[in-house]
Amino acid sequence: MKASEIAALKDEPACDHNKVAEKAGCARPEPGATAGGCPFDGAQITLLPIADVAHIVHGPIGCSGNSWDNRGTRSSGPKLYRVGMTTDLTEQDVIMGRGEKRLFHAIKQAADEYAPAAVFVYATCVTAVIGDDLEAVCKAAAARWGVPVVPVDCAGFYGNKNIGNRIAGETLVRHVIGTREPGPTPTLPDIQVHDISLIGEYNIAGEFWKVAPLFDELGLRIIGSISGDARFAEVQTMHRAEASMVVCARALVNVARRVEERWGVPWFEGSFYGVADTSQALRDFARLIGDPDLSARTEALIAREEALAEAALAPWRERLRGKRALLYTGGVKSWSIISALQDLGMTVVASGTRKSSEEDKARIRELMGEDALMLDEGGPKTLLGTYHQHGADILIAGGRNLYTALKARVPFLDINQEREFGYAGYAGMVDLAHQLALSIESPVWEAVRRPAPWAHSKCAGTPLELPVLADVKTLEDEGAVHG
Amino acid sequence: MAEIIRRSKPLSVSPLKASSTLGASLAFLGLYRAMPMLHGAMGCTAFGKIFLTRHFREPIPIQSTGMDHVATVMGADENVIEGLRTLCEKHKPEVIGLPTTGLPETQGTDIQRLVREFRAAWPQYDHISIIPVNTPDYTGSLESGFALAVEAIIETLVPVSSQAGRRRHQVNVLANASLTPGDIEAIREWCEAFGLRAVVLPDIGDSLDGHLIEAEYATLTAGGTPRDEIVSMGESVATLVIGESLRRAADALRQRTGVPDHHFPHLMGLDACDRFTETLAAITGLTVPARIERQRAQLQDAMVDSHFMTGFLRVALAGEADLLTGLSALLTQSGAQLVAAVAPVSAPSLRTLPCAEVLLGDLQDLERVARANGARFLISNAHADASAERLGLPLLRAGFPQYDRLGAAARVWVGYRGSRATLFDIANLVLEHHHDIPAYRSRFWSGGPREHEMSLSRAAQGDAGMVRH
Repeated sequence: MKASEIAALKDEPACDHNKVAEKAGCARPEPGATAGGCPFDGAQITLLPIADVAHIVHGPIGCSGNSWDNRGTRSSGPKLYRVGMTTDLTEQDVIMGRGEKRLFHAIKQAADEYAPAAVFVYATCVTAVIGDDLEAVCKAAAARWGVPVVPVDCAGFYGNKNIGNRIAGETLVRHVIGTREPGPTPTLPDIQVHDISLIGEYNIAGEFWKVAPLFDELGLRIIGSISGDARFAEVQTMHRAEASMVVCARALVNVARRVEERWGVPWFEGSFYGVADTSQALRDFARLIGDPDLSARTEALIAREEALAEAALAPWRERLRGKRALLYTGGVKSWSIISALQDLGMTVVASGTRKSSEEDKARIRELMGEDALMLDEGGPKTLLGTYHQHGADILIAGGRNLYTALKARVPFLDINQEREFGYAGYAGMVDLAHQLALSIESPVWEAVRRPAPWAHSKCAGTPLELPVLADVKTLEDEGAVHG
Repeated sequence: MAEIIRRSKPLSVSPLKASSTLGASLAFLGLYRAMPMLHGAMGCTAFGKIFLTRHFREPIPIQSTGMDHVATVMGADENVIEGLRTLCEKHKPEVIGLPTTGLPETQGTDIQRLVREFRAAWPQYDHISIIPVNTPDYTGSLESGFALAVEAIIETLVPVSSQAGRRRHQVNVLANASLTPGDIEAIREWCEAFGLRAVVLPDIGDSLDGHLIEAEYATLTAGGTPRDEIVSMGESVATLVIGESLRRAADALRQRTGVPDHHFPHLMGLDACDRFTETLAAITGLTVPARIERQRAQLQDAMVDSHFMTGFLRVALAGEADLLTGLSALLTQSGAQLVAAVAPVSAPSLRTLPCAEVLLGDLQDLERVARANGARFLISNAHADASAERLGLPLLRAGFPQYDRLGAAARVWVGYRGSRATLFDIANLVLEHHHDIPAYRSRFWSGGPREHEMSLSRAAQGDAGMVRH
């Protein structure tokens, strides 16, 4: 991929921070103080959940061998996406330029052994640098082996994980979406069925299955999803949706925008985290589709589900009321989780905004007030300093901060993609409340903070010297390593 | 004498291999107040960090030189210099490990020269040791990368000297990549039973064992071999080398210091443990302590107890060479048979495995050969659980990674007690998966007092295959 193409990907008109000179997601990595994954990582996050595709990583072992099958995404059927596949290039392959040939035959092997719906091929640093022509090999292989082969040009040095999400979305728009027509919309006796699609929903820990029955009930058929529990043939038909939802993923608004431009599919941004947001998402679908009957049924369903959720959450609210959370996560989740927590009667003392857009930040202010504390950097020192200073009761962050919390003897809730629990939808809120209470109320914290009876030193896990608020900025500069 | 069968297929499916860069990083994580910085793009570090974090369930301090588009095209030398400066300035480590990845190696980076340039430009950081090592991920695997890093640590930190034996109660232990933190603790205690203090290199037993420290967080390794102890390795009375992968590292240490070394391919099973115990006794001139005698007798008892389950057990193994060597010895000494062996890359020690063939390959190969050769038991990393499920076989998790269980780091495999625990685990898994003989139901039962049992039999027989005891 040329530098100009990467720059073009960063230029996303649907992002209102597009004018900002140095975009949060686009900064150059600082050697020795980097944090986060690469474009290959990001592209894989977006595409890997397409369950009936053979995902081949073209490169040496570091890319696939260290990372395969470590995601929380779930499939209701095919498990092919969980099989790690790589050309595992050796030194000889690199020196002798045998990469393309190996890839060509690797695609055949995958097609022969697994009869996949399609093959996705991911470029990596080494294969990009030695100039393997991914597009040409994929094209030749598709013609020769009779299976769709999609090149994903996502070498690690192109930028960060965010760019990888974008590249993945762009790849789907260019090679997959619109390449097949969906079957006729099914008919139900008394309701009109509408086709919809989801963008940026990954079915982590199967959480979307808590929401999916509601769509069925409303007569909304999901004809394609990027990419939780998705199938290749469904993603191909996403251009025929009547409405599309971008779920917690600003990185994929390029897909929604392009599909709208080419095929006129209207879209909105929303979230399935929290009662209020889930209801809003359902309302937005009804609004975009513009079917009065659907709107009426949607309102009835929302009333019923909110009442049920209310009843189920009441005992948890009692326990969680007044508890204070420090939230450190990226992008849309930086605000979508806030409303879920506020729903539970909790206070959010600060929210991380490292990967958030200007619009995300505006929403945070809307929810938390004008002087909402935002953390741009999530080193352990910053996180723990803020945690203690604001008397938080739990840290809510991604898996990479799990041990920052546990080592500091601090309750924790994992909110990112490796987590093992699903929190989406009305039902997911009860699980969220359950997990929050489980960690906050655990008796282990008192036990691990207590010094040995014979110890004369200070208590283990003594909080850091508390920084004053003004110091948080300087702390941010120091703490990048674990971020 | 096993024949080594090389990879012949273009696609690796369900890879068994983890990269040499990752292995080198792990070795550096066994040094005190250290931080590895991978020379490459950010993703290598992010994947490595998640891989190790999930396996050890510990925070992993690791950094990247963050090569981007510009650095890839125009040269990444400046990334290394700047990265080193940033680490020195921000974190004040004692040691920085600098393994390379495939990207800069394809460019042709000269990492040794870059360290020299950094030294010239930033003399104020001379007190911080920097250990570069070439570990492109298109060569070798986790085990070999780990071994290269250990060799580089020795070459960089152990001075050439002739003070061998000056510390009469100190031994060096070179610990290979397959040893868990629990293993290292066990080896240390073994030495201590003979009044010997062990300098373990690298000591992930001290840094990744999983313990809460008083401080709330650490940006560097919170344990591991201290640098001054590494410097003192030349004064030890002996070096105990665990694992054939460390042969070159051991040679380097012996050549620099003259400390005599003793090689142990592994420490699993009665024979290997006896040889280690004998060596400790010979070094110290002491008789074997009673508690070691007792542990030995306990292992013997366990071998007797478990031989009903391990005898003739057809085992399929996949992992790195040092792990395979140890496990296969333990298994065959217990009457089991090695019917399939797969390793990610070649190593001389693979030829010594007690089986006809060793495949260089992946978990797809393991599954195929295990099925073809009628394996009844699998030992491999956690990725093999899908294979085990398809084969309907019990899986004992060993090696990297083990994402789906707690305690991978705490588990002890070596020594009399570790061997005993492994035998018990194998025996218990075999018992759990024991297939009872399905009950026979006579056709003459119909019309008799057992009539009603005939209708039950369909459902009951349906799941008769796996009876849990």
